[in-house]
Amino acid sequence: MLQTKKRLLTGNKALAEAIRLEMERDPEVFVMGEDVGKYGGIFGATEGLLQKFGPDRIMDTPISETAFIGAAVGAASQGMRPIVELMFVDFFGVCMDQIYNQMAKIPYMSGGNVRLPMVLMTAVGGGYNDAAQHSQTLYATFAHLPGMKVVVPTTPFDLKGMMISAIRDDNPVVFMFNKTLQGLGWMDQIHASLGHVPEEAYTVPLGKAKVVREGTDVTIVGIQMTTVQEQEAAKKLEQDGISAEIIDLRSLVPLDKETILNSIKKTHRLLVVDEDYLSYGMTAEIAALAAEQALYDLDAPVKRIAIPDVPIPYSRSLEQFVLPSAEKIYNEARKLVNE
Amino acid sequence: MKLTISIDHLKWLYETMYKIRYFEDKMVETYSEGKNPVFNIGLGPVPGEMHLSKGQEPAAVGICVHLRKEDTVSSPHRPHHHAIAKGVDLKKMTAEMFGKVTGLSKGKGGHMHLFDPEVNFSCGGIVAANVPQAVGAALVAKKRNRDDVAVAFIGEGAANQGAFHESLNLAALWNLPFILVVENNNYGISVTKSKSTSVPSNDLRASAYGIKGYYVTDNDPIAMYEVSKDAVERARRGEGPSIIEIETYRYLGHFQGDPEVYRDKEEVPHLKEKDPITKLRNHLISENNLSEDDVVKLENRAMLEVDEAYKFARESEYPKPEAALEDLFV
Repeated sequence: MLQTKKRLLTGNKALAEAIRLEMERDPEVFVMGEDVGKYGGIFGATEGLLQKFGPDRIMDTPISETAFIGAAVGAASQGMRPIVELMFVDFFGVCMDQIYNQMAKIPYMSGGNVRLPMVLMTAVGGGYNDAAQHSQTLYATFAHLPGMKVVVPTTPFDLKGMMISAIRDDNPVVFMFNKTLQGLGWMDQIHASLGHVPEEAYTVPLGKAKVVREGTDVTIVGIQMTTVQEQEAAKKLEQDGISAEIIDLRSLVPLDKETILNSIKKTHRLLVVDEDYLSYGMTAEIAALAAEQALYDLDAPVKRIAIPDVPIPYSRSLEQFVLPSAEKIYNEARKLVNE
Repeated sequence: MKLTISIDHLKWLYETMYKIRYFEDKMVETYSEGKNPVFNIGLGPVPGEMHLSKGQEPAAVGICVHLRKEDTVSSPHRPHHHAIAKGVDLKKMTAEMFGKVTGLSKGKGGHMHLFDPEVNFSCGGIVAANVPQAVGAALVAKKRNRDDVAVAFIGEGAANQGAFHESLNLAALWNLPFILVVENNNYGISVTKSKSTSVPSNDLRASAYGIKGYYVTDNDPIAMYEVSKDAVERARRGEGPSIIEIETYRYLGHFQGDPEVYRDKEEVPHLKEKDPITKLRNHLISENNLSEDDVVKLENRAMLEVDEAYKFARESEYPKPEAALEDLFV
């Protein structure tokens, strides 16, 4: 039971606090990344940390992702606990070998003899007109490849608790945080980016989803921003007499199948919403889970909302057309319940 | 190096730098529309990230003056000065930045993804990704037996990315008509060159690839002109690739809205004291016998072109939402 004072923190401050607490506790933890020093991370993940820990533990790197992420793999194999930041998830292309072929596979290929206790943290998400190469989430790209945990917290409380868990985990963890949910001053300031966060260190387990709203008529599964949009849609659905149960996945690998299946047993209808591309992704995975293990609990086909398999366009009318929204969720949920 | 620049080229350099400066200054204002009183990156007529090139004009004009339509220019996320110097359709470019259907990419690309095949210009948002692409254009010039060249612009930060090294080796190995221009504005967002780069300057890295390197100090457009002339002519003659590093100035932040906490407040005012456009203006009048009237004529022409481009952009339509599904495949 968390006893200490709670304060309202933005997502980025919660994340930075988690890193600070673990760095205070364990001298083996250090951070590498672009602009993590004076700048505090482009999305604020290391705000204030350079002042506390100095440039030997909060290390600005050149624009050399293969080199410094590969160096993190090497450092982790030597027993240190690096946290390395990939500035935008969209940049994974320049360094993916070190991530999916090295970081994710070395523990397995070594029969468990080499451990890589590292965290790869990265910013995801669009909706603010940053176009095709700076707006992606790419959840499925990482979740699909075996050997790395992939976590996607939404709230400041979960961001802190899950970052602490990730740092303490002896497995490689890809920690994806949503840009808008960081609560930065130069982005859209939304309520969901602020939350109550206890002062002390605490853990939130990786691999557990959360029912953020209980309901009886339809299960709506989401990640990060889509969870926020689902909650907005749920208020409107309630006015129509539809009770939506909302699941915040929080983690893709491991995936909390039990929570999803229990919910489907209760509501018999499933809507999955993803800010990633539609085909071959998270929505397809949850739908497959339902088809395999809850087919006889479903009263209607599964519905999915995701980006319709095109790069994310720049112009506002185009971007809004392809991204999920509370309105789209509301409309699909209504259709689903009335089928 | 003996100066060879003609008066016509000097005037072109001046007018083009003036045009770029005016365009970028106008974009500072336009970009901030709708984002007050609290800055919100997703609002206003020009939303999203904005990376402006104010202060870096000499790097673009000094080399583009030597280029033809058939020569290729590949740029990074800070592309406007290169695009304007290369002769990209200014109306369509501006409309693209406003996300209008009349834009170069019908609103799909935005300011970091400008493509004008008519003048062989492209740019993108992934650091150093443009370098191998320019090498490819140089490869085609060689295959087609033409004396066209390909130029890639990068910042000094990009010179530490893998694609830089691979591309230079490849261009050198295959002796391609490729020129890499490194705009050293001293900052990779917040990290200074001394904290990111293991050598004093990237022209020195040329010897690692067996090619020629040039260095231009103090943001000098005429020195850039002279050095680029040599590099371009050598490339056209089949004498292979070069690296040109130019010391240039980034007056604004990395992106608009950048609090620049990492930068000394005295720095930009000091840089502005040696503004290259003001310097060239004075040079034109004092050393080249242009009158104040002559210069003002060039300035007015530049401003008119930019004003018309912005007007065109504002008055154009937005794309229909469903158009988002088009252009995936041809």
